[in-house]
Amino acid sequence: MRPFSYAAPATVEQAVSLLEVEGSEVLAGGTDLLSLLKDDVEQVERLVALRGIEDLSGIDASGGRLRIGSMTTLQELRDHAAAMAAVPALGFAIDGVASAQLRAMGTVGGDLLQRPRCWYYRRGFGLLALGPDGRSMVEAGDNRYHAIFPEGDARFVSPSSLAPLLVALGAEATVHGPDGERRVPVEALYRTPRAEGERENTLGPGELLVEVTASVGAARSAVYEIRQRRSLDWPLMAAAVSLYGELPLVDRARIVLGHAAPTPWLAAAAGDLLAGRELTPEQIVEAAEAAVEGARPMSGNRYKMQLAAVAVRRALLRAAGMEA
Amino acid sequence: MADYSWPEADRRGQIGRRPARLDGPVKSTGFARYPSDQNPPGLLAAKILTCPHAHARVVRIDTSAAEAIPGVRVVHVIQGEGSEIQWAGDEVAAVAADTEDIARDALRALQVEYEVLPHFVTEKHRDRAPAAQPGSERTDGDPDAAFASAHRTVEQTLGMPQMAHMCLEPHGQVAAWDGDELEVHASTQAVSTLAGQFASELGIPATQVRIRTEYMGGGFGSKFSPDRWGIVGAELAREAGAPVKLFLDRDQEVSVAGSRPSAFARVRVAADEQGKLVAWDSDSWGSGGLPGASQTPLPYVFSRLPNRRLRHTSVPTNLAGSRAWRAPNHPQACFLTMASLDDLANELDLDPIEFLDRNLEFTGRADVYREELGIAAGMAEWKERWQPRKRSRDSALQRGLGVSIHTWGGRGHASNCDVTVHPDGAVEARLGSQDIGTGTRTIVAQVLAETFGLELPQVRVSLGDNRFPQSGPSGGSSTVGGVCASTRRAAQDALREVLTRVAPRLEADPEQLTAAGGRVFVEGEPSRSMSWTEAASRIGGAPVSAQGRNPGPGRLISSGVGGVQIAEVEVDMETGVVQVKRMIAVQDCGLIVNRRLAESQVYGGLIMGVGYALFEEWIPDPVTGRLLNADMEFYKLAGLLDVGSLEVHMMTGPGYDERGVIGLGEPPVISPGAAISNAVANAIGVRVPWLPLTPDRVLDALAGRGGIA
Repeated sequence: MRPFSYAAPATVEQAVSLLEVEGSEVLAGGTDLLSLLKDDVEQVERLVALRGIEDLSGIDASGGRLRIGSMTTLQELRDHAAAMAAVPALGFAIDGVASAQLRAMGTVGGDLLQRPRCWYYRRGFGLLALGPDGRSMVEAGDNRYHAIFPEGDARFVSPSSLAPLLVALGAEATVHGPDGERRVPVEALYRTPRAEGERENTLGPGELLVEVTASVGAARSAVYEIRQRRSLDWPLMAAAVSLYGELPLVDRARIVLGHAAPTPWLAAAAGDLLAGRELTPEQIVEAAEAAVEGARPMSGNRYKMQLAAVAVRRALLRAAGMEA
Repeated sequence: MADYSWPEADRRGQIGRRPARLDGPVKSTGFARYPSDQNPPGLLAAKILTCPHAHARVVRIDTSAAEAIPGVRVVHVIQGEGSEIQWAGDEVAAVAADTEDIARDALRALQVEYEVLPHFVTEKHRDRAPAAQPGSERTDGDPDAAFASAHRTVEQTLGMPQMAHMCLEPHGQVAAWDGDELEVHASTQAVSTLAGQFASELGIPATQVRIRTEYMGGGFGSKFSPDRWGIVGAELAREAGAPVKLFLDRDQEVSVAGSRPSAFARVRVAADEQGKLVAWDSDSWGSGGLPGASQTPLPYVFSRLPNRRLRHTSVPTNLAGSRAWRAPNHPQACFLTMASLDDLANELDLDPIEFLDRNLEFTGRADVYREELGIAAGMAEWKERWQPRKRSRDSALQRGLGVSIHTWGGRGHASNCDVTVHPDGAVEARLGSQDIGTGTRTIVAQVLAETFGLELPQVRVSLGDNRFPQSGPSGGSSTVGGVCASTRRAAQDALREVLTRVAPRLEADPEQLTAAGGRVFVEGEPSRSMSWTEAASRIGGAPVSAQGRNPGPGRLISSGVGGVQIAEVEVDMETGVVQVKRMIAVQDCGLIVNRRLAESQVYGGLIMGVGYALFEEWIPDPVTGRLLNADMEFYKLAGLLDVGSLEVHMMTGPGYDERGVIGLGEPPVISPGAAISNAVANAIGVRVPWLPLTPDRVLDALAGRGGIA
């Protein structure tokens, strides 16, 4: 392992000034970053551990809003009765992380900002995995777990378990940085890297994720993940949906796919299809099919289009209380 | 000549009972010291630099930067300039250093320049293989005429890729020299044969090599030799003048330390109007990496089928050579055969169990299979619950049942065992065998206790050391027969000597004496007796000992078993996700020494079987030639939630017990792939031609696409 320094700030402000220095990286639960360092996939000059900053942990589920500190562990969130009552779908999303160890150590911020699992990236070929000829190794190689909505040269998938649901809920992220605090929709935390070396998130130097907030109660939400194993395994596809309105009348709907694109994939057209109409099984099927429109599968991941449509359909049925 | 035999059922004290494994407590508490737990004083850590290219020539190696790192003790070039490397993960250089971290730093500091050469790693496309080796065609009977007059024929291409052994304790060893004497704590399946292999590579007499393996963390057929890393580890230790621990990293373990060959085949099989098999034709190919792969035994089990044609092509690839994987070649042959027969039964509109039953004459053991099929069908409630594949399906979740049968030999290997009776009554067996996790230590103790009429705590088994009488490597289900037979013969001889010495005390002939229940007594007159301790105290000042061998006189072991398995699955027709709900295994293995451990072997086989049926495969990258899943993230093993309910029935009693002890390691892992594939076909209505049954392949099959090659 390459040598690095380790800092354990006690306040957000201290963390920000430490993170401003190039080569600094946030250490949250450490469930993935330490492996990336050991495998020499990523290199850091300094790890800035956030565990000592009390302000970053904690959950508040009162007044129609849910606030979750970024250093809250997945298990703490799962065990928080008021949060689970406010957004039951969060429980499904967390239970999908099927390892007690990961739930105990992994944090909400770490889940949202975890690095992709692309096996080319993990073997040192970079996030975009462009070969010496400039062509995508993913495209030419084995892409069974990759994006059906590639963007630019990026073909990895966003692996976060919570992001699709938080985006579907219209949640906001609070980011603290050298210029103070900014609040952005959770989807704005993500971007598709256009060149090798660019990150897949929008945090600038010195910035760290402080908390996520969502208004709750207005929407009926659900998550549906398709994974091969019941034991610890990544989803092959995940869908999160939020339905607003007095069901069966839908005012508006947000449908988001995980493990489908380099970012949490907002299937806007599918959501629009349901808006202002009465929800029926036929429309759910229509929306599910619309969710994969425009998909560009590669040689080995065409099956993920079907998985996406099924995940959306089942998530909608679950949200609407129409599950078989 | 003494009569070496097992006691009759009503006289067994230990044989057939269910004692827990003797080393269970030390293993489950973590006190058992595996080879990788050995940390002698002054230990150095060694790591290996591997080639990242599937085919390359080493142009230049510069070790100076690595050697300059403080704490680096030895840098050793394994394949120097000019070497042609044939698979990614092959060893190029090794480093011994004060700590593992320093060793890894040194690997990163090694400068190696490669000339990258073209590679081929996707043997499924045999037409694209640069070095395919077609074998000769073999024909028996008149398959063409038989196919021409057949009532029903099915034809399709099936396949299963290479997969890894994935030993939880990776390959490796701790090597320490004392002058010219080498001691190796090795994670091995071959304690008695390893010394000679180390010795010849290192240029020392075998008498100077000591091998120790008290416990080991899994081999499954991949740990029979010292391997290059073993020799390198010993050389590093010699050069450094300090003990060296060298165990493979997980990616190396998956990539180079053991894989099972792939198997593909275009299979055509036909039956007549009575549902009797009439002809078989297979054009098979497969790869075990660079060495290619040999023909598997087709048609499997139904080997007496008269009209058949076999062709096979061995396809070398730029991947590390395969190793024996639990029941070599059988799981592949079983899948290719049983899936084809299951499809033929469907074409004939026959219940697959009925179809198998009508053709058992083509197997070597029709009676055993018939009895086992009946028991398995009863356990599965097959008659009530099985539905034909051709049926209407109106919901996403579909259940299916599938059946498969298998066979194995399992004759005991060559083994020597010393049994010693001490004057205090303590009894010990010593043999250069190894307990690879199967329970060898426990069953040898049972044989000792059985023979001397004692309980398990009164006997001691010492193994895992090549200073003990040599005993065969643990492979091919050969250990239980070998060690039970050698131990029984030694124990009977030692007992006879003891009885001879105490007979005058009891005023009886030695032949009249029996040892049972902790006593020695005159047969039929229990009052003329003494305790075992007293008997032992009368043998004199020196212990009594005897050596037993296998093979040897008496009917203690035999070989040849049959087994039946039924799988019940639930398939999500919309996602292609397969879940195993239930596995039923009915298995014979002759005389069972320990019921609990025998059942445990079957459970283990079923769990591994679910793994390769649903999840496990090597995924070589066509672009880089490297494995993309040389980890435990995308090389998926079955977890506890994935294996379903496992139900085991062991065949015992008259007809089985008198055959003596037969090995059981391999048989239960052979059928799961076929049985689960057949259950999935029964559930969804079409054959998925691949193992493992991943969602993409299931959905492709349902959509009528995604055939092989």
